[in-house]
Amino acid sequence: MTTLVEKRDAPKARPAHSKFSWAWLGVVPFFLFAFMFLIYPSSTIASGSFIDSNTHAFTFQNFVHLLHNPNLIGAYWISIKISLITSLGGGIFGFLLAYSAIRGGLPSFMRSSLMTFCGVASNFAGVPLAFAFIALLSPAGVLTGWLTAMGYNPYFHGFQLYTFWGLSIVYMYFQFPLMVLVIAPAIDGLRKEWLEASENLGASSFQYWRYVAFPILLPSILGTMILLFGNSFGAFATAQALTGGSINLVTIVIGAQLRGDVLGDAGLGYALALGMVVVMAVAITGYTLLQRQTERWLR
Amino acid sequence: MKRGGVIWSWFWMALGILYFFLPLLATFLFSLRAVKGVLSFKAYQNVFSTGEFVTNFSYSLLWAVLTIIVGILIFVPTAYWVRLRLPQVRTAVEFITLLPFVVPAIVFVFGLVRTFSQPPFLIVDSPALLVAAYTVLSMPYMYRSIDTGLRAIDVRTLTEAAQSLGAGWGTILFRVILPNIRVAILSGAFLSFAIVMGEYILAQYLAKPAFAPYMAFLIQQKAYEPAALAVLSFALTWASLGIIQVVGRGRGPAQIAGGH
Repeated sequence: MTTLVEKRDAPKARPAHSKFSWAWLGVVPFFLFAFMFLIYPSSTIASGSFIDSNTHAFTFQNFVHLLHNPNLIGAYWISIKISLITSLGGGIFGFLLAYSAIRGGLPSFMRSSLMTFCGVASNFAGVPLAFAFIALLSPAGVLTGWLTAMGYNPYFHGFQLYTFWGLSIVYMYFQFPLMVLVIAPAIDGLRKEWLEASENLGASSFQYWRYVAFPILLPSILGTMILLFGNSFGAFATAQALTGGSINLVTIVIGAQLRGDVLGDAGLGYALALGMVVVMAVAITGYTLLQRQTERWLR
Repeated sequence: MKRGGVIWSWFWMALGILYFFLPLLATFLFSLRAVKGVLSFKAYQNVFSTGEFVTNFSYSLLWAVLTIIVGILIFVPTAYWVRLRLPQVRTAVEFITLLPFVVPAIVFVFGLVRTFSQPPFLIVDSPALLVAAYTVLSMPYMYRSIDTGLRAIDVRTLTEAAQSLGAGWGTILFRVILPNIRVAILSGAFLSFAIVMGEYILAQYLAKPAFAPYMAFLIQQKAYEPAALAVLSFALTWASLGIIQVVGRGRGPAQIAGGH
């Protein structure tokens, strides 16, 4: 049977490009809004970091100062380290959870409950999350109390909640649920036929993973981990509420710089903020490119 | 799946459940400890009866509602118009709606304060700036929900049908398109609601009363009352996303790099 392709518009009398279209006016409010409250304020960060805050002349000095400031480089390093650790840890744990729920032979309600929980947990961050872990793991916390009653006080064994590792444990709370949510469609895309085919050809479970499933999932896993990296790199409220600003993350330094010029140099603050945007842009681009890679298999 | 695999699946799930529930359980237990030696709801009574809590919480509700209204007013007509007449700007619009992921909230507010605390735009003290900033923050979720909703309906046919019956653009948008994508708008709205109610950074640095900064302030002052607020905050998140699940009957969306 042949179908007529319906042409919805009347043929144009003249080529479209030769006349001005009033249709553009329809998106003006959106672009105006986005420019005014997103693009312009963000671009002042970029322009501010190339301007000397005293002479108002164009300069690269802010970046030179940034690179020679051990405290600020240290802040980047700690932010990168915590993001690496929690994106790897959250990525691996989240993948295992998602795979268990989807292909692990569990009852199907486990999957829908996991998805719901993860939707909530990935949104439950910031101040209340920080407090939840204070209630759990601070010296007066509930779990600390239970462990002490069992004869193991973690604080006697070097554990500290308000430090790097404590914060990593807290960040994991919003990291692994995001992994579960983003990676689930990729795991769904693993066809049962591929497993059956490799089993028929005599492949072991290890060989199936090594040569079939893992190579297909790898771009997606990597991409999502990069997304997790950005997720933790940009985090501020959780760390601020948990540590009161005592941990040297880039976001914490920017927050302090905003309250009062703690760096003593406005231009340096701009450069610091621009550095964050660059890292985030690289992360989001990497995620998008790798997601596109996987989509070939998921169709 | 082999037997060993199922045991491992249960193991990972059990670990996930522990990670998910232990902090919540601890918060809840903590919130009951306000009176020494007994479990009571004293912390809730204490906190809910203070005027400060009521003020800050009401302001957060107000910001959330305004954000949702502004979001609908800007994004529904835009997404509709792009689908109907300007498919060539789709890439640009989608790029802009994803920008809030690239600019972390603390950097965003840094830019806002620096930009709007000097002439020609001296509006850093205006509540409107906070609402605009929240609208930007919720844009990725709001715009995408609306756009997904529009994809599911035949925008062109609906528009032409309405036009041939003599409807103007306002009628088309708000009495034809809007009711048809109400589920999508609702899920975007409730996610925005959850984000704004828990948001700390923008309200804190634009110096406006809100729920999360109040909670952060209370953590420094009190031990048990913030636990009551954290429980309330969790219940709000849970309720908002639960409603999305119910109305959308689909998977819940995730927040990234927003209010963390």
